[in-house]
Amino acid sequence: MTVSKIAYVRTDEAPRMAPPVSETGAIGWIRQNLFDSVGNAIMTVIGIAMLALILPPTINWLFIDAVWTGTGRDACIVEGAGACWAFVHAKFGQFMYGRYPDPERWRVDLTGLLLIAGLVPAAIPRVPFKRETVLYLLVVFPIAGFILLTGGNLDLSGSFWIGLAIMAVLSLAITVLICRNAGIEPLSPLKVVAAIYAALALVFAVVSYDFGLRPVETQLWGGLLVTLVVAIVGIVASFPLGILLALGRRSKLPAVKLVSVIFIEFWRGVPLITVLFMSSVMLPLFLPDGVNFDKLLRALIGVALFASAYMAEVVRGGLQAIPKGQYEAADAMGLSFWQGIGLIIMPQALKLVIPGIVNTFIGLFKDTSLVLIIGLFDLLGIVSLNFSDANWASPNTPATGFVFAAFVFWIFCFGMSRYSIYMERRLHRGHAR
Amino acid sequence: MTHKLIPIVLGAALGLTATAASAATLDDVKAKGFLQCGSNTGLAGFAAPDDKGEWTGLDVSMCRAIAAAIFDDANAVKFTPLTAKERFTALQTGEVDVLVRNTTWTMSRDTTLGLNFTGVNYYDGQGFMVRKSLGVSSALELSGASVCVQTGTTTELNLTDYFKANGMEYNPVVFEKLEEVNAAYDANRCDVYTTDASGLYSIRLQLTNPADHIVLPEIISKEPLGPAVRQGDDQWFNLVKWVHFAMLNAEELGVTSANVEEMKNSDNPNIRRLLGAEGAFGESIGLSNDWAARIIKHVGNYGEVFDKTVGPDTPLGIARGVNALWTKGGLQYAPPVR
Repeated sequence: MTVSKIAYVRTDEAPRMAPPVSETGAIGWIRQNLFDSVGNAIMTVIGIAMLALILPPTINWLFIDAVWTGTGRDACIVEGAGACWAFVHAKFGQFMYGRYPDPERWRVDLTGLLLIAGLVPAAIPRVPFKRETVLYLLVVFPIAGFILLTGGNLDLSGSFWIGLAIMAVLSLAITVLICRNAGIEPLSPLKVVAAIYAALALVFAVVSYDFGLRPVETQLWGGLLVTLVVAIVGIVASFPLGILLALGRRSKLPAVKLVSVIFIEFWRGVPLITVLFMSSVMLPLFLPDGVNFDKLLRALIGVALFASAYMAEVVRGGLQAIPKGQYEAADAMGLSFWQGIGLIIMPQALKLVIPGIVNTFIGLFKDTSLVLIIGLFDLLGIVSLNFSDANWASPNTPATGFVFAAFVFWIFCFGMSRYSIYMERRLHRGHAR
Repeated sequence: MTHKLIPIVLGAALGLTATAASAATLDDVKAKGFLQCGSNTGLAGFAAPDDKGEWTGLDVSMCRAIAAAIFDDANAVKFTPLTAKERFTALQTGEVDVLVRNTTWTMSRDTTLGLNFTGVNYYDGQGFMVRKSLGVSSALELSGASVCVQTGTTTELNLTDYFKANGMEYNPVVFEKLEEVNAAYDANRCDVYTTDASGLYSIRLQLTNPADHIVLPEIISKEPLGPAVRQGDDQWFNLVKWVHFAMLNAEELGVTSANVEEMKNSDNPNIRRLLGAEGAFGESIGLSNDWAARIIKHVGNYGEVFDKTVGPDTPLGIARGVNALWTKGGLQYAPPVR
């Protein structure tokens, strides 16, 4: 029997001490994240030094020394003045609407509201009536927007209606011929063709109806309005067109494949600037005398075709990632080609390439600035146009205008980017890595 | 049939405007009810938007003057902003009726592009800007100076020629972009800035202290800027030409937008002929006889327009110089109305 010689044995647990100051709170965070190695410490010091160098003058220039009110350059040429926000304030209407006439600007606002009214329910997954919303966005909104922005009341001549009627009759006749040759009952295809022409006629009737709106020609449009019109039309048109081209390029039908490949390689091979130049400088020379395409329309078509070629390759990337088994599964289920594509292949392929799609959209949004070179004034164009107003010329005016334009572009691009990340997370539950 | 129908169908369907660009531009313009004017995509003093987005400037006023002569309304004009590359195509294809876009009148443009220049509404040319502190009052005192210039332009070639011809030395400081030249000059990297004189005045506004710089009087190249019309329509050519002459004659005879109504009762036969109180000069260009009176009433004479858009009291502060009337030692000279 031995008695412990240890004089003192602790029988209860020592009170816990707070962790050392250097390991918790702000100091701990700084140690762990900013100074955890020599390299990191050096980088931190350099980074802080850079910020200290850049931030104070930037903030000074942007806010503290900035000129917020004034009616002309005199306000902004004072000694030590910073950003000339008075310039942005005076020109704000132009930056948003271009030279769209003042009393008619509610129409642009209303169009924007209509768009938001469609986009918000479409973008939030919980809201029901998705099919109706998409129908509204793709059919009702474009027509309403077109009428609101241009004033509608297209002067469609009698020869136009006759032309449409002739085309309808021809199409119906061709349908009958094809059906006869193929030995199909022609009634249901005929109904489809007739319905398409009836819808077309309805659309043209609506846009040629006089709603009493003052016509506003696209020459007067500008600023954010043009940026958004070009970007949205480009995005909306390029997406389905791109999917079709991607499918065409992978098709086993030689003619479809060849046409798709030529289209994609042509449009990817030429710079957008060239496309716009061709549309504004060369195209008028080919057209018969006196026929003028609307400039904005030319740009819209060019941008949409250009973007669809890029979109096609992005979508094709997604299609290539789908294993062959998925196609075979679709066949085994007895689905037709289009059913298989629509229900099985595309949902998976598009989900895979969301980053690529959004990349293309953001690129397209920023490329809209190129319309400046054909004399259309998008947001950036109208900002730089106003630098030529001698009443506002000052050393700080251009920088202020560019900062403003950059900020507006950033809001839109950042918004698109965040939404795409949200969609990716939502759709990626199965196999997020 | 089809080849004609397709553009019509397409055009109508897609919201296009189809206007016939036949030979008689004046008839077309009258039928349309407005003048389609090719203008600049932004040049201080010549075509720039004001706070309301309305185009203002020397070139713009020329367009408004033509509209005033035809319609008695200076606002019956629509502007098509054109880039330097687009401008001639737009005129050739009939997209615009007249091109007033600070376009330099040169022989090749006049003879090979299918267009006619109707006159010179602004005599521009390459000039020099220096700091006042340099104490220089003439370009001939610039020997040994460092000169900021945009590379690859005719400006650079003119500069070399001028200094060589006058037996002077200089150090070129060349840049690719105009903005870089501005920044370099503002940062005192060179003593002299050279480009077209009208450009110098607008660049001066963007310098840190505009008042510290002067544009020297020497002009070392010829850049006559003027309106252009399509070839093959003499009536329209005459009309645009005489709108400018009417504005010059009005200034010479002292007719201004303020006194044009009283001047109609003047005893001076020159004034009476100009304002349509005597003779039928308007009819000869397809207009009413008070055509010139309309221009002066709505837009003003050449001097008024110059002072309002680019003159000494505007931010640009361009002196009349060679653009003064011939009676005041300038080059602006108009044939008489008789």
